[in-house]
Amino acid sequence: MQPTDIRDPDYFHKVVDCQWACPAHTPVPEYIRLIADGRYADAFMINWKSNVFPGILGRTCDRPCEPACRRGRVEDEPVAICRLKRVAADYKGDIRNRLPPKPNQRNGKKIALVGAGPASLTVARDLAPLGYHLVIYDSDPRAGGMIRSQIPKFRLPEEVIDEEVGYITDLGPEMRLGQRIDSLKSLLEEDYDAIFVGSGAPRGRDLPIPGREEAAANIHIGIDWLSSVSFGHITKIGRRVIVLGGGNTAMDCCRSSRRLGGDDVKVIVRSGFEEMKASPWEKEDAISEDIPILNFLVPKEFKHDNGKLIGMTFEKVKAEYDARGRRNLVPTGEPDHFFECDDVLVAVGQENSFPWVERDIGLEFDDRWDMPKVDEITFQSTHPKVFFGGDAAFGPKNIIWAVAHGHQAAISLHKFCQGEDVADRPPPMVNMTSQKMGIHEWSYDNDISLDLRYKVPHRDKFIALKDIKSEVELGFDEKLAFSEAQRCLNCDVQTVFDDKLCIECDACVDICPVDSISFTENGEEADLRTRLSAPATNLTQDIYVSVALKTGRVMAKDEDVCLHCGLCAERCPTGAWDMHRFLIDVAQAESACCSK
Amino acid sequence: MTFIPKPKLHHPDLQKNALGYTRRDYEGPVSTLCAGCGHDSISAAIVRACFELDIAPHRVAKLSGIGCSSKTPTYFLGASHGFNSVHGRMPSVLTGANLANKDLIYLGVSGDGDSASIGIGQFAHAMRRGVNMVYIVENNGVYGLTKGQFSATSDKGAKSKRGLINSDEAIDLVGMALQLGATFVARSFSGDKAQLVPLIEAALKHGGAAFIDCISPCVAFNNHEGSTKSFDYVREHNEAVNAMDVITPRSEITVDYAPGTVEMVTQHDGSMLRLRKLHAGYDVHDRVAALTYMQERAAAGEIVTGLLYVDPNPRDMHEHLKTVDVPLNVLDEAALIPGSAALDRLNAGLR
Repeated sequence: MQPTDIRDPDYFHKVVDCQWACPAHTPVPEYIRLIADGRYADAFMINWKSNVFPGILGRTCDRPCEPACRRGRVEDEPVAICRLKRVAADYKGDIRNRLPPKPNQRNGKKIALVGAGPASLTVARDLAPLGYHLVIYDSDPRAGGMIRSQIPKFRLPEEVIDEEVGYITDLGPEMRLGQRIDSLKSLLEEDYDAIFVGSGAPRGRDLPIPGREEAAANIHIGIDWLSSVSFGHITKIGRRVIVLGGGNTAMDCCRSSRRLGGDDVKVIVRSGFEEMKASPWEKEDAISEDIPILNFLVPKEFKHDNGKLIGMTFEKVKAEYDARGRRNLVPTGEPDHFFECDDVLVAVGQENSFPWVERDIGLEFDDRWDMPKVDEITFQSTHPKVFFGGDAAFGPKNIIWAVAHGHQAAISLHKFCQGEDVADRPPPMVNMTSQKMGIHEWSYDNDISLDLRYKVPHRDKFIALKDIKSEVELGFDEKLAFSEAQRCLNCDVQTVFDDKLCIECDACVDICPVDSISFTENGEEADLRTRLSAPATNLTQDIYVSVALKTGRVMAKDEDVCLHCGLCAERCPTGAWDMHRFLIDVAQAESACCSK
Repeated sequence: MTFIPKPKLHHPDLQKNALGYTRRDYEGPVSTLCAGCGHDSISAAIVRACFELDIAPHRVAKLSGIGCSSKTPTYFLGASHGFNSVHGRMPSVLTGANLANKDLIYLGVSGDGDSASIGIGQFAHAMRRGVNMVYIVENNGVYGLTKGQFSATSDKGAKSKRGLINSDEAIDLVGMALQLGATFVARSFSGDKAQLVPLIEAALKHGGAAFIDCISPCVAFNNHEGSTKSFDYVREHNEAVNAMDVITPRSEITVDYAPGTVEMVTQHDGSMLRLRKLHAGYDVHDRVAALTYMQERAAAGEIVTGLLYVDPNPRDMHEHLKTVDVPLNVLDEAALIPGSAALDRLNAGLR
């Protein structure tokens, strides 16, 4: 193998699995260390800079970081990263004086943002301090988009939304709430220098099977229903409720139903339980609220009695896999299942909908999906003035993706308005510093905690189910937060090897608790991976290879399960190993243009 | 030295041996020796050898004297019996323990000061009595604990870290072990585990006095230019006479060698040593030839390593003394006090 080029920022970034997996690339270990240190406000600000909504995401994030967490590969469960983020938000105190001030002067450029959801708000957060005149439109009366309309309050209290959305609206964007945009063409005719579309994926998919029309009074589209519940238009539901669908919206629907009078609520899904799209922890929470999840049942008919819904029939199926490994759901031949119910909530997916975007304004649409053509890096559409982000760009994802899109779109909007090339992306800021404080003393806590993942305390179920606004999760207290934070392996403190200092004494090989380090003859990667102290079978993780050493061998380190405990560096007699903290800040709009 | 204990977390694919233990189960508390000390590599080699041989930790007794090397038994085999004796007295204490309970596996760990100076008489007698043990000398040619004076194994002409030249002749422990009748004699290097681990395994399987002189660079006081026990010097002058694998039920035989280059040695307990000859004509069963060869190569400035001599059918101290089959420490009162009739018979036999 070629010697590893550790000057490539991606190399060590990939080692920080959580940060690499995060769409917004939040420096997770860095803020977890600050939480352990009780510096909640500092931890919050790192999050705020990177993902804009720490308190909201600390409760609702899809957490792509957690399945990526290295801890999950050396013991049972990853660090509770998401819930630690909430800790930073819960205990930060007043941070308003750390936020950027509302600019005194505008820079003369005006941008319209369609939708007041996470994507648009992120764009606003990044661009408002630079002096842009931003105008945010939303058909809802309050800002927040799906954060406010679709996420039940027992998961995300209103105050948290108000606070974090408020930090952005305080930066001075012009809020035109309750004002729906019905024509992009006429918006383009106004005096905007650019337009950002962050209008989400607002249409819930329907289920056109027999009985749908007749029994319509008791059949509701999941996200619309959640939105009505959220804004207080709906306050009760029937006693027996069927929720169709296996995603997180379905979980929110069934748990909301339990709080609005449904005491016999069940979720029915077409797929198997394992393949459901909902996050495992959301399924768990639903089940713990006495909501059974029935699987492999395909909806066949809404049964009604003169237009009054009485129940639903389902065909029982099983999964069969064809030669190409594709799943087919085939009927088992069992008689149809019938379930009585008073209401049905349909949460079988959501989709984009752009009836307000005229097709003759120079903005091309994809023929197959009827989606606007959007550049995956710049988020620019084929109309140079129009940019997309969030669910509106590439279909339904989640908040953290919307934030990531928002940051990138903000860079593009900034560059576009300043007359620069949007395709020329600003590089990240990387900082590496040795953590050595003494002969065997480091500026991070390298003693590995053996604690297992801590559970977040929940409100008593009896009380929680009585009030739809009463938050179920209580969050970690400071003591639990400290213990959980200590589980973090500090993967951003990198093992850096200096071949010129190595005397090949084997001390690092002997001390490494996870057999990551080997000194061996070089070879092709596939071959080298089999010859290491422990075979390196996780191909998603890189091998760190040195140049040839004095004996002709190379140092080869499998990054896969390295605990970042620094013992290799403590045991190295010559300082050939050192622990360097690797901080990578993905560029944002403020550093995107030289002429800002 | 390290302040934090080695984390208990291990590689998810860490193998278990026939007893269900992982290699990590054979470790001890974290070492307090200097970072990079060769002795820690030898400890790691011992851990690996015991793991690979499926040795039950409670069947091992590890004994040592005084010195850096003699501290190391704390840092491996944390679940084994241990005895840290007086300076240089490990061989006597071990001999006594072996007499009392011959069923344990005895591992004596010593250094060049402990064995070649204050304990040289003890060393000599353990070898000539054929005590069934593995005797490892962690040989760094320097008194590390007292800041780097020459030891009895420092080569004549070697330079100390302060620049002094050693004028005394070095004691050759390998030569002495050969002369005194050790039935397994080897030399190795802490920086070459591929060689060291099989040697320790073979020694553990050997049923007599097994001696390993292991050169172990002292990174603090004897790893400089002019030293003859530094990593660089040993790597440059190392002449291995053979390379060895110990064939255990766990090991796979994967490589074929040209005929005449491999010799299989079956030890008394049935274990097999596969020796790949690196020096044609070197005979590991010829004690006198081994002695001559060692001296010739030493005069030429080479450090000969590998398995230097082995007697596949050794006799140990218990055979010399014709002790009973059961270990003496489990003999019960009836066996130890056979009564007056037995005394009468004994007396009659002496009349």
